[in-house]
Amino acid sequence: MNTKNIFYILKRIVLAVLTIWIVITITFSVMHAVPGGPFTKEKAITKEAQAALEAKYGLDKPLFVQYTTYLNEIVTRFDFGPSLKQRGRSVIDIILNGMKTSAKLGVIAAVGAAAIGIVLGAVAALRRNKFIDKVIMVVTTAFVSMPSFIMGSLLLILFSVTLGWLPANGSTAEGLILPVITLMLYPMAYITRLTRSSMLDVLGQDYIRTARAKGVSGPRIIFGHALKNALIPVITYFGPMLAFIVTGSMVVEKIFAVPGIGRQFISSITNRDYTMIMGTTIFLASLIVVMNLVSDILYKVVDPRIEFE
Amino acid sequence: MTIEKRPFSMHLDVKDFAPATQEEKETISKLRPSSTFFKDGVKRLLKNPVATVSLILIILITLSTIIIPMVWPYSYDKMLGVTPGRPVDSSYNNLAPFQYGKTEQKKIDNGEKVFPHIFGTDAHGRDYFIRVVYGTRISLAVGFFASIIVLVIGMTIGSIAGYMGGKADLIIMRIVDIIYSLPDMLVIILLAVVLGEVLKTEGTILEKIGSNIISMFIVFGLLYWVSMARLIRGQILSLKEQEYVLASKVTGARGKWIITKHLLPNSISVVIISTALQIPNAIFTESFLSFLGLGVNAPMPSLGSLASDALDGLSTYTHRLLLPALVICLIVLSLNLFGDGLRDAFDPKLNS
Repeated sequence: MNTKNIFYILKRIVLAVLTIWIVITITFSVMHAVPGGPFTKEKAITKEAQAALEAKYGLDKPLFVQYTTYLNEIVTRFDFGPSLKQRGRSVIDIILNGMKTSAKLGVIAAVGAAAIGIVLGAVAALRRNKFIDKVIMVVTTAFVSMPSFIMGSLLLILFSVTLGWLPANGSTAEGLILPVITLMLYPMAYITRLTRSSMLDVLGQDYIRTARAKGVSGPRIIFGHALKNALIPVITYFGPMLAFIVTGSMVVEKIFAVPGIGRQFISSITNRDYTMIMGTTIFLASLIVVMNLVSDILYKVVDPRIEFE
Repeated sequence: MTIEKRPFSMHLDVKDFAPATQEEKETISKLRPSSTFFKDGVKRLLKNPVATVSLILIILITLSTIIIPMVWPYSYDKMLGVTPGRPVDSSYNNLAPFQYGKTEQKKIDNGEKVFPHIFGTDAHGRDYFIRVVYGTRISLAVGFFASIIVLVIGMTIGSIAGYMGGKADLIIMRIVDIIYSLPDMLVIILLAVVLGEVLKTEGTILEKIGSNIISMFIVFGLLYWVSMARLIRGQILSLKEQEYVLASKVTGARGKWIITKHLLPNSISVVIISTALQIPNAIFTESFLSFLGLGVNAPMPSLGSLASDALDGLSTYTHRLLLPALVICLIVLSLNLFGDGLRDAFDPKLNS
């Protein structure tokens, strides 16, 4: 790795840190712009009690002091403060608790999407314009144009209401099958299309013709030359895929009643649990930014042909 | 003495200046009116059956969302079981398709005609068909206006960055980079939550349109212009360097001519295509937010909120989910296919 690469990676890391800081700042300032404090909606609260509550959560201090304390707590202790509605629990506790289920869901969906998508994409590219290619393209087009809440609801209707094969409630291990499938289909379709087009691109390259000309066997060309190079653009999709899975999990967890972070987030929005909304937004946003950073760096490291800016 | 043949002299042959005969005139006359870039594009578009069918579908859906509410006897927010001064008639709630409420049934028994509830009614006794139609209208309108907002902001900022270059370009592109790396959906949810609260407290006009829709537009305006701006900047940067622009400059064309005759016509197709592809994107986002309860304000329906409401009685009233789901898929799919067709028709360079 030369200095140019290291410089690029450093630049990307700085941009990522800057982005996370901007997210924290936006979240903080936007949340504090809401008219009326977080306790105005509580019924039958005396002035003294309100003042005591505000003092307890540090809301009586100047806004800038609140901001620096908040930022400091996050950076040094990874602490997002206490939840306003779930008394006695800290935001990070609730997030980590929800992440146990959500991470399982997300990782299985991501790995499954990548595995199936790459295989289908490669098959479609190798059988270009044949029947199987057309079927794959039509099906993936349909999946890509379907919002995940519709996909989830349709699967719910089909497999648990009509057929009764799988439970509609996602709190058990068996109940996670449908949520995983729902979450998987869109990225899978996307990866299929991505792999197909990049595979077609690679198959037209000169080095494939050279390999054919010198008598390399078919499977060796496909796995050793074509697929290896065709997968490089797929790496760039890892970041956006995580972003999709994060937003998708909110919908999926709502539909299937999965006790994960997405459902926590939605209920914190409806409850107007401000510290929870802030904490979850910052946590998930940082996750996405870091994943984008990793997939970006990986992309440049894997393919030495790509120019470093 | 013979005249020496000098090819480069100014000797002229008188015969060359004779008036053209009728025959000669006919060879030059136009066989058909010359085609323009736009006409060519439309012709190519109409030759593409998938794009044409999609276009017809979009037009049909749009027209029906405008016309049907005018002629339909029920309105989207009228709870049929509720009559002022009388107890609520719950027989109107949760009707299955083509069933009638108690008083309606009486009328039918008396030989009167009652307009059927094609898709039944919802949990509050509102005619479901008209709610789906209204929801489609809202979703289409949000998609359309959101992409217009994105187009205007993105085009302005992108072309400024492209034309001016230098420092302005650098600053704009750094801002674009940062907005690009923000996780958009999370920021949208956050802004939707807060703007919904902020706008709620203000005037009555906002209340009626729905503070959430306004906040959705603001969010689109703030976040989604970046890709459009990037696209247009790139277009203008690359077009500025084209040979025909140089040739035009050499022959004495000035800025205004180059912009109106070369840069704009050549980038407009890309702009139209990405605007067309932006609409389904916006519809996706709108339905997602509505599904999470951050979309349009009740009792106004949108396809997303209809689907969200339908989840409660899913096992009994499956059709209430299937209908809005079907409409969303139809709209998004046909807009996507139409956008692809537009790209193929108006950007022939991409094909090669």
